[in-house]
Amino acid sequence: MEHMTLASQLLQYIITGVTIGSIYAMVAIGFNIIYNVTEAINFAQGEFVMLGGLVMVFFRVTLKLPVLFSLPLTISVVMAVGILLDRIAIRPIRKPTVLSMVIATIGASFFIRGAAMFIWGKNPFDLPPFSGRNPITFLGAAIQPQSLWVLGFLVAVVIVLTIFFDRTIMGKALRACAVNPSASSLVGINVKYMILISFALSAAIGAIGGIVITPISLMEYDRGAMLAVKGFSACAVGGIGNFPGAVLGGILIGLIESLGAGLISSGYKDVFALLALLLILFVKPSGLLGSAEVSKIRKF
Amino acid sequence: MNKDFSHLTGFGLCIFLLPLLGKWIPMLANYMDVMVYVGIYSIITMALCLLTGYAGQISLGHASFFGIGAYVSGVMTTRYGVNPWPCLMLGVAASATVALLIGGPSLKLKGHYLAMATMAFCIIITIIFNETATYTGGPDGLAFIPGISIMGHAVDSEVKYYYLVWSVVFLVLLFCLNIIRSRVGRALRSIHGSELAASAIGVNVARYKIYVFVFSAVLTSVAGSLYAHYLNFINPASFDLLVSIKFLIMIILGGMHSLWGAIFGAALVTLLSYEWLQYFEEAEVMVYGVIVLVIVIFLPHGLVSIPKRLKSIRAR
Amino acid sequence: MANMKTRPSIGKGIASLIAAAVTVTLMLSPVVSAHAAQAYKVGAVFSVTGRASFLGDPEKKTALLLQEEINKKGGINGHPLKLIIYDDKGDSTQCVIAVRKLINRDKVCAIIGPSLSGLSLSVIPVVQKSKIPNVSCAASYKIVTKNPKTGEQWKWVFKTPQSDSMAVEAIYTHMKKHGISRIAITSVNTGYGASGRSELLRLAPRYGMTIVADEKYGPKDTDMTAQLTKIKGMSPQAIVNWSIGPTQVVVVRNWKELGMTNIKMYQSHGFGSRKNIKLAAGAAEGIYCPLGACNIAEILPANHPQKQVTMAYVKAYTEKYNEPVSSFGGHAWDALSLVVKALKAVGPDKAKIRDYLENIRGFVGQHGVFNFSPKDHNGLSKEAFRMVVVKKGDWALAD
Repeated sequence: MEHMTLASQLLQYIITGVTIGSIYAMVAIGFNIIYNVTEAINFAQGEFVMLGGLVMVFFRVTLKLPVLFSLPLTISVVMAVGILLDRIAIRPIRKPTVLSMVIATIGASFFIRGAAMFIWGKNPFDLPPFSGRNPITFLGAAIQPQSLWVLGFLVAVVIVLTIFFDRTIMGKALRACAVNPSASSLVGINVKYMILISFALSAAIGAIGGIVITPISLMEYDRGAMLAVKGFSACAVGGIGNFPGAVLGGILIGLIESLGAGLISSGYKDVFALLALLLILFVKPSGLLGSAEVSKIRKF
Repeated sequence: MNKDFSHLTGFGLCIFLLPLLGKWIPMLANYMDVMVYVGIYSIITMALCLLTGYAGQISLGHASFFGIGAYVSGVMTTRYGVNPWPCLMLGVAASATVALLIGGPSLKLKGHYLAMATMAFCIIITIIFNETATYTGGPDGLAFIPGISIMGHAVDSEVKYYYLVWSVVFLVLLFCLNIIRSRVGRALRSIHGSELAASAIGVNVARYKIYVFVFSAVLTSVAGSLYAHYLNFINPASFDLLVSIKFLIMIILGGMHSLWGAIFGAALVTLLSYEWLQYFEEAEVMVYGVIVLVIVIFLPHGLVSIPKRLKSIRAR
Repeated sequence: MANMKTRPSIGKGIASLIAAAVTVTLMLSPVVSAHAAQAYKVGAVFSVTGRASFLGDPEKKTALLLQEEINKKGGINGHPLKLIIYDDKGDSTQCVIAVRKLINRDKVCAIIGPSLSGLSLSVIPVVQKSKIPNVSCAASYKIVTKNPKTGEQWKWVFKTPQSDSMAVEAIYTHMKKHGISRIAITSVNTGYGASGRSELLRLAPRYGMTIVADEKYGPKDTDMTAQLTKIKGMSPQAIVNWSIGPTQVVVVRNWKELGMTNIKMYQSHGFGSRKNIKLAAGAAEGIYCPLGACNIAEILPANHPQKQVTMAYVKAYTEKYNEPVSSFGGHAWDALSLVVKALKAVGPDKAKIRDYLENIRGFVGQHGVFNFSPKDHNGLSKEAFRMVVVKKGDWALAD
């Protein structure tokens, strides 16, 4: 019976923390994209992750389509849900206030969750992992291959989004809307269309998160709420609206949770991450990487 | 002033007569149970109306004050045999203290940040309720909480509790109406409009925000104690983030800028979730989501704005 | 416009409020069935949706299945059985409201459920005051035992599930037999997990068990690697996991991935569905678990007293609902069948039903053979659990 050294234990906690932190980061990135363009916090963001997992189960397991087809199909379906969310819940609000947008997205999340329960039932579902389940041992710790996929997808998302926002016209138009919607529409940018894109993009990223995490931890209809809360915290820790902040925040929250559970107390593990959030909010509300001046310009 | 008085009298009469009508219409009598909860939640929504509707501060943490009041009352009466009324005051003191402690730093934040800080606070308190099982009974809850008695008479039937709770609602309504019509109310509204402008005209913004936050926490705590002694059972799940969100939905649906809206909102959401939506069975959560969306989009000022909208339609 | 100001608004206010209340109430009240006078009405409260849907969903399905079977055979002494089921969504307020509705509005003669222990405790004052028999489908011994020291039972409350202590005793007995004394516990921080955990802690000294680690996680957590890593560092001989839902499967997967399969794993009876073995994707091989008879109907020996009853239930349930049986549906089967047996014997009189239930002996149910008495409103002992092990992707009796 091999004994686990403290060093390999720590390494294991870090691996777990980074894996789950990547999912929080993806949720946080999704929050940021929508927030940057509309200044609304989308409480239904967690549901996109849930849908990503369950819709992928439908295509991959029920219809038995290979990953090559089911992946883009799933992302498209969830993007469509994101677009519907914008059209039905956000756009019709005539005088948006923080509270009304929060409540509208909450209402939408209830609807999506209820529909998921209706369609898929209450039981958890599984997905086959992308490259098998044999863990890779590294310095006494075990890494699941799927964890590497999770991290890999996060890196891919970050790279693709960076190119998108820096190099493409649409990406630049989105950034323009984030800074100043009125000026943007004056130069001919269709702000409403940009909002639609932001929702679709957020939904797609959320879906990717769901697709990669389900082979590790299953997925059922009501997983979305907890993910939204944690992703939200990650967002705030990194700085709302700040893109690298979301990644940093997500990984940080994941690590705090994992290390807290392993080293201190697993009963209170969620408290550690939340205390970190409160600390950031009280000391530097704009987040670790956010800038204080930018957050003052914001309407909300 | 006159409008308030006539509305109050009408309201008071309705409340008083409802159980009596219940004697003739048996269907109505069955609603007494739910109406007690409507009353308890109305106290909370009126508190939130002042905090969010008038002073413009969003709180996702009020379920925790509800829980602090309920647990202090529950634990002290069940485990230590203390009389319920002093326990209620103890709960109030505890909630006020906690509100001061977290309100201080939190209320310096705005909008989303305040929502997040109060959300974090709410989840932390729920975890504490869950983990301190030796006192709170943990996730399985605290059962057999005794009921209340007033001056020797036990409040032991649904109708009696209904009158107790709605008397409290009435008193709170009177008090809050007074606050709104006073200097304090105007100060709160100015803070909502623009904190910069308010402090420019001499309103001590920070102090007013704390006052209204603590006041709302105290009212919510009282509601929590009443809840514990009526249901005789509490568990941490009744005080989690989803419940805080439920309170916000109540004031949005009813109309958060009006105390009457707060009461209507509490009534609507409570009746929907405990009575009417039951008929949809599995589709209930979906229907609830749709109702929330529809009202937020089409009636941004809540149900209470319907008469005004009808009037303006008629006037065209 | 001038007219509106002269009419007194008090009268308008009262009139409109009363009219609204009455209209709405009458509009939404349930339609009374034409055959209500003849049918025997039994009420049920289950956590069909919400945090405990893994309990309430199979319970509701089982109850409906049973109602259908009974009515097909002509009902109870010619009276159709009418089951009125409410969903408490795992919420205590909803549960008590539902029970009060069943008593005052629907006027049932007995109530089965709730699914959760905490909620069952919350309805005890109501059913005691209304003097209506209540057969709970939740596990805690506190539901039936009013005074643990004297053993006095609540007069009107019964329960069908085995107590968690019985499951724990089955596990500890097996462990002791195999020379295990150093163990670790992982549990979910809900009522289900907390109850199992407290029994594990309480009974450990009696069986000579040393608990070297006591870790927890949330019901929606995605990963338990951190908790298991800590346990791995303590080198216990066995781990007992007490949870339900996806986490009980994720724990198993993590256990295998971390290479901990030389530490024996025991699960709670909540693991008792083939669905879970499948979801564990091969990692469940060699896991032990205490199960009631209905979960292992196929591998029971032919002369086992519960063989016939459990095989019939498993067959009917899987045919109708296309999913494997879980532990929990069986509790509802037992509860409703007991009430139906009482109705057949004494008719819809609440007090008579209660007296009859209290004296039932040798009732062959899904989770055991029940022997009620005034001092025992649960009627089961630890023999109601058998230890099984997962072998080649299916259950096998453990030695």
